[in-house]
Amino acid sequence: MSNASESSSAVPVLETRGLTVRFGGHVAVNGVSCAFQRGTLTAIVGPNGAGKTTYFNLVSGQIPATAGAVFLFGKDISRLPAPLRTRRGIGRAFQLTNLFPFLTVHENVRIAVQARAEVGIKLFSLWDSRRDLIEKADAILEEVALAHQRDLPAMNLPHGDQRKLEVGLMLALEPEVFMFDEPTAGMSVDEVPVILDLIKRIKARGDKCILLVEHKMDVVRELADRIVVLHNGTLVADGAPAEVIASPVVQEAYLGVAPKSAEAA
Amino acid sequence: MLNNMLSRDLPRSKLLAAILLIIIVGLLATPFVFPGARSLNVGAKIAVFIVLAASYDLMLGYTGIVSFAHTMFFGIGAYGIGIASTQMGPTWTAVAAGTLAALILSTVLALGISLFSLRVRAIFFAMITLAVAAAFMTMASQFSDWTGGEDGLNFKVPELISPAFSLSDEKFLGANLDGKLIAYYMVVLISGGLFLLMLRIVNSPFGRVLMAIRDNDFRSEAIGYRNVTYRSLSSVLAAVFATLAGVLYALWLRYNGPGTTLSFDIMIDVLLIVVIGGMGTLYGAVVGSTLFNIAQGYLQDLLKLAQGNIDSLPVIGALFHPDRWLFWLGLLFVLSVYFFPFGIVGKLRAGALAKTRRSA
Repeated sequence: MSNASESSSAVPVLETRGLTVRFGGHVAVNGVSCAFQRGTLTAIVGPNGAGKTTYFNLVSGQIPATAGAVFLFGKDISRLPAPLRTRRGIGRAFQLTNLFPFLTVHENVRIAVQARAEVGIKLFSLWDSRRDLIEKADAILEEVALAHQRDLPAMNLPHGDQRKLEVGLMLALEPEVFMFDEPTAGMSVDEVPVILDLIKRIKARGDKCILLVEHKMDVVRELADRIVVLHNGTLVADGAPAEVIASPVVQEAYLGVAPKSAEAA
Repeated sequence: MLNNMLSRDLPRSKLLAAILLIIIVGLLATPFVFPGARSLNVGAKIAVFIVLAASYDLMLGYTGIVSFAHTMFFGIGAYGIGIASTQMGPTWTAVAAGTLAALILSTVLALGISLFSLRVRAIFFAMITLAVAAAFMTMASQFSDWTGGEDGLNFKVPELISPAFSLSDEKFLGANLDGKLIAYYMVVLISGGLFLLMLRIVNSPFGRVLMAIRDNDFRSEAIGYRNVTYRSLSSVLAAVFATLAGVLYALWLRYNGPGTTLSFDIMIDVLLIVVIGGMGTLYGAVVGSTLFNIAQGYLQDLLKLAQGNIDSLPVIGALFHPDRWLFWLGLLFVLSVYFFPFGIVGKLRAGALAKTRRSA
């Protein structure tokens, strides 16, 4: 079960091998090996504390791994710090909203657009004179339905809009790997479709690799091509959605239902 | 054109624009409207401290890092001029050499401190700057053959900007047309240019990354910026501008000593100027420096004036004694921080914003 990647000949976009992190005596992520292909959406599920967000942090470089390795297009990126992983194509939207509170909504996106454009260190040119970056940021604001809030400081946005901006920052980076960490958490019912449509659109392009941590099983069923289940930091199931959801190990680990019979596992 | 000169970062408040205009006109007109050595001194000091405080704001307000070594760089600039002028004589070559040497030393020191400490944590930077600044102060007083020790250095400046130089024997609008006048305008105009340059830097793509790092350093890394690079460069730039402020100050005073540019008292003054003026606005440095230096220069006189009338009253008379000016200055600061937590500029801008919202 530990490595269920397809028999595809192509090098996976993203792969982790035996990825492990220990905090003191606690093993938060334990030897997770998993490969993610282009054009697929993989949902990562598991109960609270299963290590999903920690796994994301190891992949995008926010915390260093104790053991194991992360590969992007077959290249080992385990030793790269987070900014360099981002530049190579790993995009991350955070579970807890992580914005630039005193910058406006538009500036938030524009700073990410600028990072993607690798503008470099320009001391004496005017930030307002880069029309291309401004227009691109505006286009992204349209995509996440925030154009009307354009000039508001990010901290004045309602929670749902902050979540959308969070995703907008990742879009601006135009990554190869999109990592959504509970993108709809705390959003009102009528706001959720904006994000889901957006994820569907990225998926429909067929050339990106999407990882999604999500608790809402209906969302997972609707979007995922594949489900990976983490439990106590260990990968316990990996496969097609219907199969994985039905499997007893998931019923127990994730839904908290005791398996009807031990043999079924 | 004005818009581009200000890097499209306009005051965004009519009142603030008016205040800035008054300060600029005031500084330019000082030699003719308020003749006399004292007002000229205050004016030049305002100009120099605008650069010094604005460069500190580059770090504190725009990048969110606290440094206690800012006056060290101010002092390096001033000592550069002082030492070069005493060793090489009062020539422009000495000025150029002193400035260049000071800039190199400041850059190396700032880069060293940054790379050494900013990799770890921004707070560690504050500690290191404190230690380095203290060490530098001791060194400045120990190497007294070069620095004049605690007494400092008196030196001559190139003739064009020395008081002995005379454009004309006639007075113009009550001002002597001498080298001191030329020096004054040199200080004010160069300060203005340096300020505009800093305004450009904070409104560049680089400047906006600094603000992003200030707001959320975790996220700025996550979208691909290497914080240590940006923070280090910000601290080097701040050091360079502080050094240039020191150069101007030394050329103006024709003197430099530990108490004039290096001391922690001045460090505190700069901190207060930035906080009271408004962090992260740069214009705050202009308003803060003007207010602070006028208060420092004239509060004592004002109290003397007040005391003349209430001398006979027991407690109040003592309270308004000219020697209590520091107490009143302190009180002014506490009140302004209490009522304007985002500084004077922050307050004015918030007021203007609320007004446009209401009318919209």
